[in-house]
Amino acid sequence: MITTQNLTKKFDQITAVENLSLDIPEGEVFGFLGPNGAGKTTTVRMLTSLISPTKGNATVNGFQVGEHDIDIRRSVGLLTETPGMYDNLSAERNLEIYASLYEVEDVQGQVEKYLRFLGLWDRRLDVAATFSKGMKQKLAIARALLHEPKTLFLDEPTAGLDPEASRLVREFILEIKQQGRTIFICTHNLDEADRLCDRIGVFKTRLVVVDSPVNLRRQVFGRKVVFHLIQADQSLVDKIAGHPHVSEANLVENKIVATIEDPETHNPELIRILVGEGADVQFIGELRRSLEDVYLQLVKNA
Amino acid sequence: MNKINTIIRKEWSEVFKNRMVLFTTAFLPLILTAIPLGIIYATSRSGDFSGITGDLPQEFNAFCPENFSGGDCFQVFIVSQFMIMFMIIPLAIPAAISSYSIVGEKVNRSLEPLLATPITTTELLVGKSLSAIIPALIATWAGFTIFIIGSWFMIANPVVIGNFLDTRWLIAIFIIGPLMALSAVSFSIIVSSRVNDPRVAEQVSMIIILPVLAVFFGQMAGIIILNVTFMLVSALLLGLVDAGLVYLSIHLFQRETIITRWK
Ligand SMILES: Nc1ncnc2c1ncn2[C@@H]1O[C@H](COP(=O)(O)OP(=O)(O)OP(=O)(O)O)[C@@H](O)[C@H]1O
Ligand SMILES: [Mg+2]
Repeated sequence: MITTQNLTKKFDQITAVENLSLDIPEGEVFGFLGPNGAGKTTTVRMLTSLISPTKGNATVNGFQVGEHDIDIRRSVGLLTETPGMYDNLSAERNLEIYASLYEVEDVQGQVEKYLRFLGLWDRRLDVAATFSKGMKQKLAIARALLHEPKTLFLDEPTAGLDPEASRLVREFILEIKQQGRTIFICTHNLDEADRLCDRIGVFKTRLVVVDSPVNLRRQVFGRKVVFHLIQADQSLVDKIAGHPHVSEANLVENKIVATIEDPETHNPELIRILVGEGADVQFIGELRRSLEDVYLQLVKNA
Repeated sequence: MNKINTIIRKEWSEVFKNRMVLFTTAFLPLILTAIPLGIIYATSRSGDFSGITGDLPQEFNAFCPENFSGGDCFQVFIVSQFMIMFMIIPLAIPAAISSYSIVGEKVNRSLEPLLATPITTTELLVGKSLSAIIPALIATWAGFTIFIIGSWFMIANPVVIGNFLDTRWLIAIFIIGPLMALSAVSFSIIVSSRVNDPRVAEQVSMIIILPVLAVFFGQMAGIIILNVTFMLVSALLLGLVDAGLVYLSIHLFQRETIITRWK
């Protein structure tokens, strides 16, 4: 559980985070989406009590930032932007050190549990320097979980990983989500935010908007519907575009792509219009706008 | 306490994998113990040194006990020269260890995840400092013990050995040594906060051995005579310097400072 009110951080002249107010309930996966330099890492550092806010309040798992800092650090896990493993030490030794710093009672048991969970058990005696980027990232995720934190902060968990490793990491995140933990993910990867997150906050120094991925797409673009015809022409497009609930229609090869306020209500009527004009409708479908477009538009306007 | 222990063991398993650190910690004490022993060995076998007192600084001659022969006096002088060099050990070892341990963490970017654990910055600082000071003191004291035992076997005149074991050297080894180790650690923490190459940090931190060299040449030139007063005044000054250096290093070793200002 995370709440913030007017959370602000200034570095000398730069304001990195301004009046951020959030309310993330327990068990939610929250995506924190913003361009480079938006202030994502700065926000995470404030919420893990690594740096103190210039202004505003925040609580994490019920603990007040700036007052119960040790309790916060005990109850959260942090995957930092760079894994920061001790390269000369084995994977197992790396985790043992952190388990004892996190006051874990059964150090060996927890280390084994998470080495196995992330598929690193067989490599546990190898020094971290010999690990690939993806393996180091997995090791860093294991490190963030050793003390079974209620809230997990993941700062760009798949940055720099290949698609296969990214997919694996996403699967782990989904599994961790099943365990009921609150997860705060900073990411540039919109597709990832779309797949993993219950809600997304688009952020650039200030919070631009917070909503579910589906609503975000709808909110900005309406919904796009594609009509596949055997033969399409501009006169058909004009007929569709003339409909009061269609904001835009374009001809793409033999397809008409239309932006429709509420496809469930208006599609039957639009199909009747097309058929009435003699068009042969093969099939129709909704075009899922990539969240990327939504995001780029939001950030551009921010 | 547990966390300090974890940090110390972590530092040792990491830092001693580094050749530079290993060299400083193992070979420096070995060489600085072996050389004076070698000189004692050589001078105690080659007979008469009665004429040699003329070559020693005048002030030192005055300081050399009446009942000492020229050879005894020479041994005492040479050894007290090397005892000063010996005091490089409690400076060089902590400087090497803490430079590598702190700049190493910076290069690895491991300070942020470390600081995200429930450890306090005091525990971390104490753990890092102890991990550098303990090996330094072990090496200093072990070297001194080996030196005393070795010279026991080689020197005929027990009064000379008594001279090695007198108050001055006990103050040096047991009071000045630990104070030096503390100043070396604090100084290298200050240096490490600004430097991103462990070798550079080590080299810069080694500036701290300059005062020891000054005393070495000072005694050789007869400007400085190591008596109890000199030792006590040095210890007092060092204590004051330590207070300043520790204050500065604590000031730099704050979570927010490390995360946002250490570059
Ligand atoms: N220690 C610091 N001193 C001064 N300015 C800083 C410091 N840390 C961050 N900033 C500034 O604050 C702003 C936000 O930085 P932050 O690292 O939080 O962004 P981010 O969203 O995590 O970016 P990225 O996607 O590149 O990781 C940037 O303009 C950055 O230059
Ligand atoms: Mg960042």
